Amino acid sequence: MYVAVKGGERAIESAHAWLAEERRGDTNIAELSLPQIREQLKLAVDRVMAEGSLYDPDLAALAIKQSRGDLIEAIFLIRAYRTTLPRFGASRPVDTGAMDCDRRISATFKDLPGGQVLGPTFDYTHRLLDFKLAAESEVPDAPTREVSSGAVPHVTEFLNQEELIESAPHDDTPPPDLTREPLEMPADRALRLQALTRADEGFTLGLAYSTQRGYGRNHAFVGELRIGAVTVEMDIPELGFAVEIGEVTLTECETVNQFTGSKSEPPQFTRGYGLVFGQSERKAISMALVDRALRWEELGEDYVGAPAQDTEFVLYHADNIQATGFLEHIKLPHYVDFQSELELVRKLRREAGEEQFQEAAE
Amino acid sequence: MTEYNFAYLDEQTKRMIRRAILKGLAIPGYQVPFASREMPMPYGWGTGGVQVSAALLTPDDTFKVIDQGADDTTNAVSIRSFFERTAGVATTTATSEASVIQTRHRIPEDALTENQILVYQVPIPEPLRFLEPRESETRKMHSLEEYGLMHVKLYEDISRHGHIATSYAYPVKVEGRYVMDPSPIPKFDNPKLGNMAAIQLFGAGREQRIYALPPYTQVVSLDFEDHPFEASKADHPCGLCDATDSYLDEVIIDDQGGRMFVCSDTDYCTARQAAGHKGKDAA
Amino acid sequence: MEAQTLSGGFDNPAVQSSHAFRNIMEAMARPGQIHEIKGAEPPAPLSIAGGTVLLTLCDTETPVYLAGNADNDEVRAWLAFHTGAPLTGPSRAMFAIGDWKALMPLNAYRIGTSEYPDRSATLIVECAELAASGAKLRGPGIKSQAALSLPEIRAFQSNQALFPLGLDFIFTNGVRLAALPRSTEVA
Repeated sequence: MYVAVKGGERAIESAHAWLAEERRGDTNIAELSLPQIREQLKLAVDRVMAEGSLYDPDLAALAIKQSRGDLIEAIFLIRAYRTTLPRFGASRPVDTGAMDCDRRISATFKDLPGGQVLGPTFDYTHRLLDFKLAAESEVPDAPTREVSSGAVPHVTEFLNQEELIESAPHDDTPPPDLTREPLEMPADRALRLQALTRADEGFTLGLAYSTQRGYGRNHAFVGELRIGAVTVEMDIPELGFAVEIGEVTLTECETVNQFTGSKSEPPQFTRGYGLVFGQSERKAISMALVDRALRWEELGEDYVGAPAQDTEFVLYHADNIQATGFLEHIKLPHYVDFQSELELVRKLRREAGEEQFQEAAE
Repeated sequence: MTEYNFAYLDEQTKRMIRRAILKGLAIPGYQVPFASREMPMPYGWGTGGVQVSAALLTPDDTFKVIDQGADDTTNAVSIRSFFERTAGVATTTATSEASVIQTRHRIPEDALTENQILVYQVPIPEPLRFLEPRESETRKMHSLEEYGLMHVKLYEDISRHGHIATSYAYPVKVEGRYVMDPSPIPKFDNPKLGNMAAIQLFGAGREQRIYALPPYTQVVSLDFEDHPFEASKADHPCGLCDATDSYLDEVIIDDQGGRMFVCSDTDYCTARQAAGHKGKDAA
Repeated sequence: MEAQTLSGGFDNPAVQSSHAFRNIMEAMARPGQIHEIKGAEPPAPLSIAGGTVLLTLCDTETPVYLAGNADNDEVRAWLAFHTGAPLTGPSRAMFAIGDWKALMPLNAYRIGTSEYPDRSATLIVECAELAASGAKLRGPGIKSQAALSLPEIRAFQSNQALFPLGLDFIFTNGVRLAALPRSTEVA
């Protein structure tokens, strides 16, 4: 006898209870605290904030804990939370020129005003497992020096003075808002950058890498990479002036790209731009390369059919929350569609069989 | 977060969705872009349907959710409990008692009435997507009523297989104008789309589209004079309720490949069994 | 601020707007069918139904055109306070409200584009009478035939001829409303 399966509700509850138990793991091991995650897994926290499009280190830490370290799941938690938040207004554009830089390097000039500041980087570390860390050793204080005062101007400004790089005039057009309006083609640069800054790091990296290997090559130099805190200000109409509402850490990458000119543009360097919440050089550089590749049309370059040049392809597939949801939905029941395919295949096979039989008889 | 707004979504989001629904109803079969929100469930798992339901539910509604025709499939259970919690609506598994039915992949067997609304979860709303992956192109094709590619595809099936090899998500033409994806319902369900007394709304969250069929809309499954559309299903009666007119799931019941066929619409099947109908595999 | 500006909105926006929307949706889905909606108490000359439609569908993202005597200080202040909708002329309006004469000419409104026919205006027509008689209606949403007291016929025929482009109409009178989407054939 056949009894239809019931009790989905109970099964779901039990699965969730089991998940909670697994998340905690062995209870003889101390539980992770949110400050531990926030301070010691900072780059994971930064990625969750960047791709979750919400700057809140404590919430990102909570999401990482809840998701058992699955960062895409954590990003999803942050996105779903973010969408319920009321919107009070928009901040003023942040001024990355006034950034309090922890790190600032240029690959195009040996030295420059503001200097090269390595900052807390994995670069030049030898990737050898440090077994001392396994023993929870104390870390000696890093050497310090006085902060050099004075502004840290953008490298591209020097090139701009000689008109060697395309100008990027100030533009006060309010940017579109990807989270409030459906994505539409053609997408202008502001919209593309918005999509790229929250795009999946791996996807963006892969695309950027493909441009370096020749799929839409754009000869990028890292004009400048800077990481540090900037203040966020908001205009309060009732007060008539802007007030500081907080500080965010950003990674900014400006690439300087070779450009021999086109029908519409003179030979000069061109720009690619990346800006990401938190500290994420890989993402910021990748973003700048992909941004530059997507600009082929406005610069009058040829479309060579490279994936990184294809705005529709890039923007519609860069979001890991959309991608993972749709990818994973194929594990949901599909018996109804599958049944209709079964019937069709059986029918086609039956008819093919009959034809063969007929041919054999003839 | 401790307090949700009624039906989870904030009012501004609901207004945006409501405006899209109205335009969808005014232009049957046309896909209205809408700024789909991130929902607390994954894209691809019904976020479009959930947003449409959230925008139209009132506290007086009785809500039913089915996935593959069944009320007790896990994702149906999950969506139903989401609205029980966030909208406090009454829920039911009885098709006739529901005022709003959210569905994935099926149209209930019982004819729906003028007092009901059917909300479909749609994965890929664009019927031309598998012929042309670019949104910018398919949008042009719809605007110019350029549906030749779709007919060529269907006809190629016929020349290769002797049949149209599309068995679900079978494309339809609405009021002689827009070619529309009916969501991945089996083509067995296609004839129910047209002339339905209930309002039909389609929500695709990830793809950010809403479209609609007002009641009594003309919906025609694409076909050819020499190869007319044919709704098909497994050629068996239901093993439990003996129905011969319902869409059937095939269930494997033993290691020898023994199988039986049962109604995919669990409410339909249960009601028939309660009324005394008995199939050959029933206890 | 005038007391009238602050009052006349929804007491329980989530629930009241859900009921109002369902009736608007039913009306749009079943052209000619008359429904009742209430919840808003807008300043004169707006009807309760007209005001309720505005509160249910409009916000800062929807430019509204107040036509004729619907454009007065009280209505402006009330709409701004309860919806934040920006006021605009007919050519940019997503919604327009007023009596039939004041809303003219129809070719001033957006009818959508062939790629985006949804980017078209919805006109809320305040009517002195609203009855299920008069012009004969056929099309999606109508089982065989419906009837509605339309202010005229030819304008709606020309609008229908634009399909899938065109305007959509909501007719209001007191607490009652009916709708006529662009898909409806009028005779």
